[in-house]
Amino acid sequence: MAIIDSRHAAKQLILERIFRSATLSAAILVLLILGGVAISLLHGAWPALSHFGFSFVTREIWNPVTDEFGALAAIYGTVVTSAIAMLLAVPAGFGIALFLTELCPPLLKRPIGVAVELLAAVPSIIFGIWGLFVLAPVLQRHVQPWLIHHVGPVPGLGHLFKGPPFGIGVLTAGVVLAIMVLPFIAATMRDVFDTVPAMLKESGYGLGATTWEVIWNVVVPHSRVGIVGGMMLGLGRALGETMAVTFVIGNAHRISSSILAPGTTISSSIANEFTEAVGALYTSSLIALGLLLFLITFTVIAAAQAMLHRLERRAGVAI
Amino acid sequence: MSRRARRKLKNAVFLFLSMVATTTGLVCLAAILWTLLSRGIAGMSASVFTQMTPPPGGEGGLLNAIYGSAVMTVLGILIGSPIGVLAGTHLAEYGRNSRLSVAIRFINDVLLSAPSIIIGLFIYQIVVVRLGHFSAIVGALALAVLAIPVTLRTTEDMLNLVPPGMKDSSAALGAYPWRTIVSVLYPAARSGIVTGLLLAIARISGETAPLLFTALNNQFWSTDLNAPMANLPMVIFQFALSPYKNWQDLAWAGALIITVTILVLSISARVLLALLQTDRGGAR
Repeated sequence: MAIIDSRHAAKQLILERIFRSATLSAAILVLLILGGVAISLLHGAWPALSHFGFSFVTREIWNPVTDEFGALAAIYGTVVTSAIAMLLAVPAGFGIALFLTELCPPLLKRPIGVAVELLAAVPSIIFGIWGLFVLAPVLQRHVQPWLIHHVGPVPGLGHLFKGPPFGIGVLTAGVVLAIMVLPFIAATMRDVFDTVPAMLKESGYGLGATTWEVIWNVVVPHSRVGIVGGMMLGLGRALGETMAVTFVIGNAHRISSSILAPGTTISSSIANEFTEAVGALYTSSLIALGLLLFLITFTVIAAAQAMLHRLERRAGVAI
Repeated sequence: MSRRARRKLKNAVFLFLSMVATTTGLVCLAAILWTLLSRGIAGMSASVFTQMTPPPGGEGGLLNAIYGSAVMTVLGILIGSPIGVLAGTHLAEYGRNSRLSVAIRFINDVLLSAPSIIIGLFIYQIVVVRLGHFSAIVGALALAVLAIPVTLRTTEDMLNLVPPGMKDSSAALGAYPWRTIVSVLYPAARSGIVTGLLLAIARISGETAPLLFTALNNQFWSTDLNAPMANLPMVIFQFALSPYKNWQDLAWAGALIITVTILVLSISARVLLALLQTDRGGAR
């Protein structure tokens, strides 16, 4: 029979309470951080938002000298660079995920999977410096002249490819972003494809379907939610990416119809101008840009997470 | 063309495109690594590790920047990871299915992919504005906020992997939950939690955007945590965009140092995790 030491038990109980409340406060701190981000940005952006009102998001002007600021050029640049990135990275990511789950010889599956994931670990400033010194000259010399020459004269579409080949600009930023988000999209899609029960696929093959038919008619419909979730996770990254874009976009606060021209994005404007901003209104306008970025990325990432969680739950039930 | 031939052709075309996509991805990775290696090694010399950042055209190295990055990364991990580990413990052990935990898990996943520049602005707003100046400790604080979601997520996942029998045995011996967690679950999940720490270090050591408005940069040697401090990402940013050849060379050397560090960290995290999994597999 053990002798119950009441003092020992009391001490244990106190330690238990301390530990338990420590873990709870740490967990609540995570909630507070997100709330704090929203409130502090709103607070910092308030002078600009109350001064310019709704026109802050509808005006293209960005003039520190006359203290007139509008976010339209930055919003436009953010949307267009991310759209280019998604246009390039989604099909490529789909292809890689397809290759890894259906085609790849088992021996190569892990090394290639790991290589793609390592690409995701490379910090964004490395993509920036690489984009500026390697990718931009290549695009300027080989790709952009071709686009201007061949696609430029096409009515409608041609407007996107007018003007001189700068090298740096919206298109280059989009390409760098595409390379950056590719591993996220590929890895998420691969994980999603892996959740498709083998029996479903085998049934397709058993009916005589080709590999592509099984993928398009069985795997894709089954993992639709996850595919969209993975795409939106990549989109969230692309929208908020800062350093890589800052290097190659050219930082011009204007909207050009040509994607070869320099532009700006929300994050690159903040990165470039924040420490040099003089005047309360200038700083506040940059924080207001940050608030916009926060709202946009929060919505996209939250939607992506909600979709992926739904898939996880469904996969959990199926097993 | 017969229907069968058309189907086979379509299949071949798409499978070919998928291989092209994979090759493109691998070529991009190879191209980036190749440029980093060739230009980084060209800019590398002993003085990179022994001298301070130089003025344009002068001789110098990256010592102050390497030191600053190391200090801020370590501080960031020291501040951020205990919070992440404790919060992860709460989610895995105490409040597994509570409504609060569901919300925290969701918010944490959002923070995990939130743009780091936003975190920088947040810390600027709540700390730098009040202090009135940039400093290394504030930079570390911004990095800590970025480290929390990574450690939280891995801690929760790893604690969930511990066989429930271990927890039950400890509870059956009359241990309070905290005793079970500290003496049984943490040791059992140790390599998993270390993996999370490695991933967090890899995540924050290359971050630039949050340091722009917190730690800023410093041309000189400084150990004062209350003053702006040099750091590799900011030096790379400044030097790469400069027109000076010696600054650009140093930027490439710095880029190589950061990338090698991060790749080594990520690969060790992966190896650790693989070892953990084979351990588990063997035990069963």
